[in-house]
Amino acid sequence: MQITDTLARPSVARLPWVTIGVWGGLAILVLVAYARAPQATTAVLTSTIRQSTPIILGALAGIMCERSGVINIGIEGMMLIAAFLGFMFNVWTGDLLLATMGALLVGAAVGAFHALMSITLKVDQIIAGTVINILAVGLTGYFYQQGLTTRGKLTPVSIPVLADIPIIGPVFFSNPPITYASLVLIVVIHVLLFRTVWGLRTRAVGEHPAAADTVGIAVNRVRYINVIIGGMLAGLAGGFLTLESVGSFERNMTNGRGFVSLAVMIFGKWTPFGAWGGSLLFGFANALQSQIQFLKNQLPPWLAWIGDLPPQFIGMLPYVLTIAVLAGFVGRARPPAAIGKVYEKE
Amino acid sequence: MERAELPSPLQASRLAPVRSLLRAMIVPIMSVIVALAIGAVIISLSGANPLVAYSALFEGGLGSGRAIGRTLEKATPLIFGGLAVSLAFKCGLFNIGAQGQLLLGAIFAAFIGFSLQGLPAVVHIPLALLVGAIMGALWAAIAGTLKALTGAHEVITTIMLNFVAFNLTDWLSDGPWKDRSPGNIVARTPAVAPEARLPDIAGVPLGMILAVLAAIAVWWLIWRTTIGFELRTVGQNASAARYAGISVRRMTVLAMVASGFLAGLGGAVETLGVVGRFQPGFNVGLGFQAITIALLARTNPIAVIPASLLIGVMQAGASRMQFNSGVASEIIDVIQAIILFFVAADSIIRWILRLRAEEGERVTLSSGWGS
Repeated sequence: MQITDTLARPSVARLPWVTIGVWGGLAILVLVAYARAPQATTAVLTSTIRQSTPIILGALAGIMCERSGVINIGIEGMMLIAAFLGFMFNVWTGDLLLATMGALLVGAAVGAFHALMSITLKVDQIIAGTVINILAVGLTGYFYQQGLTTRGKLTPVSIPVLADIPIIGPVFFSNPPITYASLVLIVVIHVLLFRTVWGLRTRAVGEHPAAADTVGIAVNRVRYINVIIGGMLAGLAGGFLTLESVGSFERNMTNGRGFVSLAVMIFGKWTPFGAWGGSLLFGFANALQSQIQFLKNQLPPWLAWIGDLPPQFIGMLPYVLTIAVLAGFVGRARPPAAIGKVYEKE
Repeated sequence: MERAELPSPLQASRLAPVRSLLRAMIVPIMSVIVALAIGAVIISLSGANPLVAYSALFEGGLGSGRAIGRTLEKATPLIFGGLAVSLAFKCGLFNIGAQGQLLLGAIFAAFIGFSLQGLPAVVHIPLALLVGAIMGALWAAIAGTLKALTGAHEVITTIMLNFVAFNLTDWLSDGPWKDRSPGNIVARTPAVAPEARLPDIAGVPLGMILAVLAAIAVWWLIWRTTIGFELRTVGQNASAARYAGISVRRMTVLAMVASGFLAGLGGAVETLGVVGRFQPGFNVGLGFQAITIALLARTNPIAVIPASLLIGVMQAGASRMQFNSGVASEIIDVIQAIILFFVAADSIIRWILRLRAEEGERVTLSSGWGS
């Protein structure tokens, strides 16, 4: 009974009033801020979307793996390796499209490695992820040489007409390609998981692999493919960092984003749109951090103290927020039932 | 049950412990050998000679009295970190946050060390060590309490707390506790008082002695006390423990506190024994090395000592290797990750050696979120 319940599509009949209330309130807040300081508001919101891009991609990677029953704590490392090799492809070929494809492929390869460890070799899945994280730091650190330069990074593409709408235009319709892709992927993964046969199989394998096996679903094959898709999404997040956001590689540049993604995934109850809400929250925390110098003079007097905080305190914000979100939401969200368990035929 | 042949009385009485020890050691040892071999392939791929690199590595870590001293110095915080991770593992907890707990321990030990002047060493040293250890314990207690009360997974909370600790200590050492002596522009605390520095006892650094004592203490706690028994029971099977009347929540908090205490103590020992003050960017990567060490030692507190010495040799020899052969010191991180891979995926080594799987004590961590 519980199985049918969780396999059902998210119910449309019961509207989530709390969510609507929160987002409505935020929309009003944004309008008020826009009326007071249009430039700063647009800058913060644009930065919010871009900062949330690697987080939502990482969270989607987590969703794909975990919905099929495989814990993936190695998203951080997958991002880092793909960020590094994506950057190297850009150095070697000078072609950003090829480099992005390269990052995707590298992500797929690391995903396959995670699947090999956690499905075939039956390594504890959390330790398998840790192996990837440590390996990523070591390998990228070892092969990285300073002073490599590229001809550029992915730049924003404005969509005609739509980009001219105030607030929404610059925030949603004037982004670089991977950011657009991440917005599209939220919808794609949602449809894949909740409207296709593949999605039904994935969720069945994640909830009750023995039952899925009985009706002829190849449990481990479904898991392998989902973990590899997850790896590609994490790879795209890594590509975002070097090919779109920064333009070059730095050691340990993922800075915990892979772990933040996992918290966001739990916050969103393993659904793409829920996770998007969570990543926007983190994007906003990061945007405030990156825009604080610019914002200092625009703050109303009663908020002026924020501008005087030591930068380290603002730097802590996303991490403290992750802990708070995790502590606040984990008990209420129910993970896929078969998560972390190796499936063995009886 | 698996063994078909009957053990002879001799084997059972005298050789059995030796044999089981050898059996337990074979996978970690083979993992190290295979990892070094793969590391050699990676070194060759980057155009250097692995033999030159490895001989420089081990010469730099073991080749002289000074090199061995350096190895002991590097191994000391690793022993504390490895013990911290092992202890948490015994309770089924994965403490990735040894790094943050160590930072907190280090900076508070430094604070006690530089702010109090004129205390005798017998008071000053224990006080600074204890404050550092307690701060590490409190930092880990945040993750333990959140896990016990809300189910927030310690893997994410401890790693997030690492980033918070990094920012916090950065601020303290560049703000309120900054070294304001003329000429200093970098973020660091003042030097600790000479009375707070750890002395050598009979030529051995006090920190190393404390590390060995800590390993024995952890072994005793886990295997010889009721708390240790309860801790292991929770780690093996939380629902069985609950059924037997053990408070899983209490044990979760307790295990994290003890784990953080050890990591904090490691940071304090490093500050008072080696560095002499707190500087940001201190012992970066220790949290992950501690995980490798704990699994290499199969979470056995005594085995943590040789495992730490091995990693310590690599760390001590890394700069000599880089100097002699041009191989970047990051290769030791790669080798450590490969060691971890083979220790974790022990079925590969067993397959290579045609060994049967043994009924050892296994840690299971992948119990999902919020359980």
